[in-house]
Amino acid sequence: MTDVTADAVAPDARRAGRIVYGATVVFLCAWVLVPLYFLLINTLSSPQAVNAFPKSFIPAFDLGSLTFFANFSGMLNALKNSVIVAAMTMVMSIVIGAPAGYALSRFDFRGKELFRLLILLTRAFPLPLLALPLAVLFIRTGLDDTAFGLALVHTTLAIPFAVLITYSLFSGIPIELEEAAWTLGCTRLTAFTKVVLPLILPGITASAIFAFVISWNEVFAAAVLTIENRTLTAFLLQTLGEAPLHLKFAGGFILVVPALIFIFAVRKYLFAMWGIANR
Amino acid sequence: MNARLLPYLLILPVTLFLCVFFLYPFLLVSKQAFTQGAGFTLENFRDVASHWKFPISLKNTLLLAAVVVPVQLALALLMATMVNRMEKGRDLVLYVWTIPLGISDLAAGIIWLAIFEQSGFLNSMMTGLGLAEQPMNFLSYQSPLMVFTAIALAEIWRATAIMLVILVAGIGLIPKEYYEAAEVFGASPWQRFLRVTLPLLRPSLQTALILRVVLAFEVFAVVAALGGTLFPVLMGEIYSYQFDLQNSNGAAALALVVLGISIAFTLVILRVLRVPKGATI
Repeated sequence: MTDVTADAVAPDARRAGRIVYGATVVFLCAWVLVPLYFLLINTLSSPQAVNAFPKSFIPAFDLGSLTFFANFSGMLNALKNSVIVAAMTMVMSIVIGAPAGYALSRFDFRGKELFRLLILLTRAFPLPLLALPLAVLFIRTGLDDTAFGLALVHTTLAIPFAVLITYSLFSGIPIELEEAAWTLGCTRLTAFTKVVLPLILPGITASAIFAFVISWNEVFAAAVLTIENRTLTAFLLQTLGEAPLHLKFAGGFILVVPALIFIFAVRKYLFAMWGIANR
Repeated sequence: MNARLLPYLLILPVTLFLCVFFLYPFLLVSKQAFTQGAGFTLENFRDVASHWKFPISLKNTLLLAAVVVPVQLALALLMATMVNRMEKGRDLVLYVWTIPLGISDLAAGIIWLAIFEQSGFLNSMMTGLGLAEQPMNFLSYQSPLMVFTAIALAEIWRATAIMLVILVAGIGLIPKEYYEAAEVFGASPWQRFLRVTLPLLRPSLQTALILRVVLAFEVFAVVAALGGTLFPVLMGEIYSYQFDLQNSNGAAALALVVLGISIAFTLVILRVLRVPKGATI
């Protein structure tokens, strides 16, 4: 069938089509990569070079900007806070979210649809806004300006994803495997830990990483809820007005690097995660 | 363990967590928006709406969403269909195209600042090619269109990937037989896209659009990095109500405005792209 249509189209037109196709792919890849390359050049230039004109289009591999970044008062502390908050978010969203994902994939229970609706609702909601009332609440409970308080808000952001992603991951493992384990003398719990968990672990890791990235990147709630213990995003936002250019670019670069690694690490799961998660 | 209770036990932590950190703050922010001192009042909304920055920041937010989201939708659809027929290098191309998914809006703003600032790469290129005599200051109050363009480009660059991922996953679920049948009946690639891909992609389009539109109204850090105060948007105004004006009631009222707009658009998208009952793949 395809041969017939292929013959019907002139070979010239087909070749032209393929060239346009290839060129578009290359152009779209460049559209993503070139701005990142520019950031890399700026990060690896000396502060003088960053503020100079015109710019070189080849990185100078000067660590001046990064050293300045590291020595900027409060910056390393902010970096540390970011990592702590993101790690807490990662752990909490999986520990709280994964059981619900398992329940959704394995059981039919009353209220299941309502529960799914609640989860979906949170996604169609500008969640960072909820940091405003929580700021007041946290002052009363002593959670204000702490990594844990911010991690709680970030967990709210990450939890819908954690539930839906683990739901789709658990659904991919046949229940027969578990049932076989039960007949061989496993309890529900041991069947889970010995059969399901090893199979699901890479996927769980991927969704944990995703939760980490959500928290690592979040700006608004972080800026609202932290004052002394700023995270990196909140700190950079606060200094945007007066900070020199090389500090901004080095900071932006530090923000981007983990994201690049994480997306690479979870790339296999990205589509599986979204495939079922979106219906 | 009682098998009937187990599912409820398993969803209990999430439900509790969302009640405390999602529903409760939502009630709190509503209460805050409608009170001043003691008692119910609409004063906060009147205050906020009569501030001279409110109309402009509302207009900017909506305009930005109206420009950015359709471009992203078209771009994401193009990328998804291109990836779908790719044989070689699919994984690599997909990885590259999804990189922005992991990049924060603040970082994206800073990245595009590197291009648009006065000693940045756009100016370097233009003078290098002889298109301009000397570097121009793009991001100033004298060139509002340029500020808007820079912000829109940064948003398109950053947030197309999330739509792409959802659409690629959605296209992957469409059975190949439909395309084969369409080909048998002589449908051109363009017709196949319009008559097969688009209708069957509706659930994914719905999700992608809702997520993206809600995020578009939350635009904040990209604007802060590129435009600063030159381009006021709603989220930025909320931030300055909370911190610069120390008026958390005003901030709460504005937050409810953003919430209302988000919910309204979500309902519209759900309605327009609704999936007919029983019409699943």
